[in-house]
Amino acid sequence: MLLIPCPYCGPRPELEFAYGGEANMVRPADPALLNDDDWAAFLYQRSNPRGLHAERWRHVHGCGRFFNARRDTVSDLFQASWKPGEAPP
Amino acid sequence: MSHVMQRFSGFAIARQALTGHMGWGRQWRSPEPQPTYDAVIVGGGGHGLATAFHLARDHGMRRVAVLEKSWIGGGNTGRNTTIIRSNYLFDASSRLYDHAVQLWERLSQTLNYNVMFSQRGVLMLAHNVHDEQVFKRHVHANRLNGVDNEWLSASEAQAFCPPLRIDGDMRYPVLGAALQRRAGTARHDAVAWGYARAADALGVDIVENCAVTGIVRDAGGAVQAVETTRGRIATRKLGVVAAGNTSVIMGMAGLRMPLESYPLQALVSEPVKRVFPCVVMSNSIHAYISQSDKGELVIGAGTDAYVSYSQRGALHVSTHTLEAICELFPQFRRLRMLRNWGGIVDVTPDRSPIIAKTAVPGLYVNCGWGTGGFKATPGSGDLFAWTVAKDEPHPINAPFTIERFRDGYLIDEAAAAAVAH
Repeated sequence: MLLIPCPYCGPRPELEFAYGGEANMVRPADPALLNDDDWAAFLYQRSNPRGLHAERWRHVHGCGRFFNARRDTVSDLFQASWKPGEAPP
Repeated sequence: MSHVMQRFSGFAIARQALTGHMGWGRQWRSPEPQPTYDAVIVGGGGHGLATAFHLARDHGMRRVAVLEKSWIGGGNTGRNTTIIRSNYLFDASSRLYDHAVQLWERLSQTLNYNVMFSQRGVLMLAHNVHDEQVFKRHVHANRLNGVDNEWLSASEAQAFCPPLRIDGDMRYPVLGAALQRRAGTARHDAVAWGYARAADALGVDIVENCAVTGIVRDAGGAVQAVETTRGRIATRKLGVVAAGNTSVIMGMAGLRMPLESYPLQALVSEPVKRVFPCVVMSNSIHAYISQSDKGELVIGAGTDAYVSYSQRGALHVSTHTLEAICELFPQFRRLRMLRNWGGIVDVTPDRSPIIAKTAVPGLYVNCGWGTGGFKATPGSGDLFAWTVAKDEPHPINAPFTIERFRDGYLIDEAAAAAVAH
């Protein structure tokens, strides 16, 4: 089980969290202007890296807030976490 | 390049017995990679080895290599729960998976290797009205597609699987079950070894400890070669069958995939005498269980929630499954679990695989089998070999393109999976 560093509450067990998928997947401002390839890329394509992954978590059974984190997908170790709107450390 | 395969038969065993079984040779070679191949398959799991076998046997391609970064069958082929079934909901998936079951039914003869395919039946339990309606819909859809599936009442399910508890006082009582009698299990390692041996006999080079580190393309963008940890290998046809590592390999050709990789766990108990006659799955409470010929109860747990390549899963995920198993089969409560492990499964947004050409000429991909690829091994190899050899999909895998995500033709089997991953 992961020990996840919530930037608001500190390290807590994984059971308190919900995974929120890859971070920085920004919804296009006007989807109607996109072609089908770009829209499909936004909806379905993911980085899925073997290594550092920027991702979102939500501390559902704690403060309830979303935050960002960077984790190594091979070791599962968290390198950093930060609040929405902050620059990644 | 090929060598004569030592065929297995009753006569061969009797003859070997006369010399103390000292005459059994190596089952396949361990060749150095050649500088050039007609086709290179990346990934030496069951699907990759089956692809190479069909390329050599059915499409006359004798200069074929399978590149495996570690040892063959050491990834998901050796890590799954060996369940085989074809009771998928949609026409396209039903055709795809039943094509595989038909090949399973004669695979031991095809490969001259006992893969211990056992059609012991797969029961999928219904615990609420929604399950019952969904499974009955599956039964009807399957039968319209010529795939066997039938509805059993709770007591009929217990008659088929006597260890099953059907008391009304369970938290999630068993209301009935869908049964596919042609479904079952096979020996997973034997599948990898049998395909390796048969492909090798047809001249395929199986190169282990050879990781792909780059894809070289010519001025027109077409595949020209692969860079590997054992040197550059030229080829015009590159088939990627790398399961959880597909996104990494495809990234070497600049392609982003509609895939995410998750750890999926399985575990086995200490071996016991024959106590469990079939495969039982429960979607709603997340459990699947069967008994291997060694006597271990083979139990499948769920995926972790997050992207990972760690090949291990969290304890709370397997605990969740064991709680469900103990509810259904209280007599197993005191069994010890012997081993658990994880494999990395590549999951598509619609939970259906991709077996297709790509935007890069000469680059083909067979991926996205998610949590249920083992069952499709022979069919996947057959269809992918066709696609690689002819540069066009076979009619059965034609719907399973990458472009379906762009064009909106999703094959949404998410709800039809055996368990909710």
